Amino acid sequence: MTSIAATAVPARPRKLVGAGRRQWIGLLYVAPAVALVVVFFIIPLGMTAWMSLHNWPLMGEHSYIGLDNYWAILRDTRFWNALRFTGLYTVVVTIAIFAVAFPLALFIERPRRLTGFYRTSFFMPAVIGFASASLLWSWLLNVDSGLFSPAAYDLGLTGKKFNLLATFQPAFWSIIAMVVWKVAGFTMIILMTGLQSIPTDLQEAAMIDGAGPFARFRAITLPLMRRTLALALILSVAGSILAFDQFYIILRGGPRNQTLTAVYWIFNQSFVSFKLGYGAALSMILLAILVALSTFQLWLLRKPEGVD
Amino acid sequence: MAQARSRNSRLRLGIAEHATGMIASVLFLAPIVWTVLSAFKPSQEARLPPLPPWPTTGFSVENYGTLNTFGDGLWLPAQNSLYVSAMTVVFSVIVSVLAGYGFSRFRFPFKDLLFVVILSTIMIPFQSILTPIFLVLTKVGLHNTLTGLVCVYVTLQLPFSIFMMRNAFDAVPREIEEAARMDGANNFTMLLKVMLPLVWPGIVTIALFAFLGAWNEFLAALVLMTDQSKFTLPIMMTALQSGRFGAIDWGAVQAGVTVMMVPCLILFLLLQRFYIRGLMAGAVK
Repeated sequence: MTSIAATAVPARPRKLVGAGRRQWIGLLYVAPAVALVVVFFIIPLGMTAWMSLHNWPLMGEHSYIGLDNYWAILRDTRFWNALRFTGLYTVVVTIAIFAVAFPLALFIERPRRLTGFYRTSFFMPAVIGFASASLLWSWLLNVDSGLFSPAAYDLGLTGKKFNLLATFQPAFWSIIAMVVWKVAGFTMIILMTGLQSIPTDLQEAAMIDGAGPFARFRAITLPLMRRTLALALILSVAGSILAFDQFYIILRGGPRNQTLTAVYWIFNQSFVSFKLGYGAALSMILLAILVALSTFQLWLLRKPEGVD
Repeated sequence: MAQARSRNSRLRLGIAEHATGMIASVLFLAPIVWTVLSAFKPSQEARLPPLPPWPTTGFSVENYGTLNTFGDGLWLPAQNSLYVSAMTVVFSVIVSVLAGYGFSRFRFPFKDLLFVVILSTIMIPFQSILTPIFLVLTKVGLHNTLTGLVCVYVTLQLPFSIFMMRNAFDAVPREIEEAARMDGANNFTMLLKVMLPLVWPGIVTIALFAFLGAWNEFLAALVLMTDQSKFTLPIMMTALQSGRFGAIDWGAVQAGVTVMMVPCLILFLLLQRFYIRGLMAGAVK
């Protein structure tokens, strides 16, 4: 990939073939893409902002109400609870994913027999969808027909079949386990690209200087992987903040609405209660959080100073 | 003596490493294998806990039959999913090949601005603009149609696939084009005859991502497809699993999950290097 990036740069300033009017044809080539992005992204984005200032039911007239939706959000304790839960989930799941993915990346990065097989098997759950994975685990987690509760009962670990999804703690950790299973392989591949970009002679030089594996990891691997780590981190954080499928399919936001995430709450307000204006205002809050995160990401991913 | 001992310890280390690798592989593969195998149990047995995972009272495809009796059956949502995914692949490839070529080879007003705008949509979660998308689709008469869903999916694919295609076109040396131009090829025949054969690995990558994205997408399909006859597989299966069609038949759920997973797994195994290539391109960006 670096070779593509390298050729891309000098190609720009060069005199392009043909001059003047013919270059306008370029606009025709990009027109379909621009049209789609305008109609299905830019306009809806503007509408979200516009709608957030309105009382906007699904049927009937909408009316301008200024910032009332935003004032209502301030008092909406269930939204803040959802946001707090989303934050908790994001922190826990990100730590869990890294705790699994980093050792896996170190494991598959060194060439040995069967590396290809290991890499593929760790990655398999990442290509199936979140909905499929959630449906699969909703079965495995089911108290009567599933795997975990009956297996624990048969092994004599629990006196009676234990319903994992009935109380908050086991339900929450079940979701964490499912997401780690599904996502760790993906994060592993990203981390692996970072590991592979570290020149081996650096490691060898450090080894000759007598640095142990732990010292090498801290002094060479981690600093040189800064951008990859930042990328994997951001992907995981952004993905978790937007989590919906697994909580909707496996838990329906339960037990007792304790696992409603931010997107879930917006979904409920917009498409269950049909308060479209209020849902738009909630969306604007979510949008602000994600944009702030993206800005932070660009800062984290900036090229190290002094290097190209 | 010392040599033998070091060889011995290296052997032991190797065994320990492979044991770890195997255990980890089993943990990652088990849920998938468990489901695929359990789906082949007769429906009586499929209701019981899956211990052992394979059918013990005879191999059967009864669960797929049961699945077919819920709602509009298995075939209709499978067809919907297939249609939406195939169309998303076709249109996101066409649109992003054209745009990638345009951004790579022409100079026109607002070019950099347009490129940045398209790429930056990746930072904005589509979850936050679903309501207006719903209203826009109603406005243009695509409300509750698979075509409308395809439009949304193609748009979501664009930032990644245009970025991929522009890089792919940038990597083609200009001398090749100049030679073809001498022979009198115009822009469009140039794209079709000269460029496409050179950028096809990029096309396979974006097609694969488009398929997986559309096949697996859940929230937009849940919100935008309100008519049961327009349900895609994930929506239909969630309706079934939530008990919307009566008591939950876990055998049918296993069968449905298998139908949803297997195409992704096969495509990935066949096209693995294109997938990893796409990931790397995204990661290096």
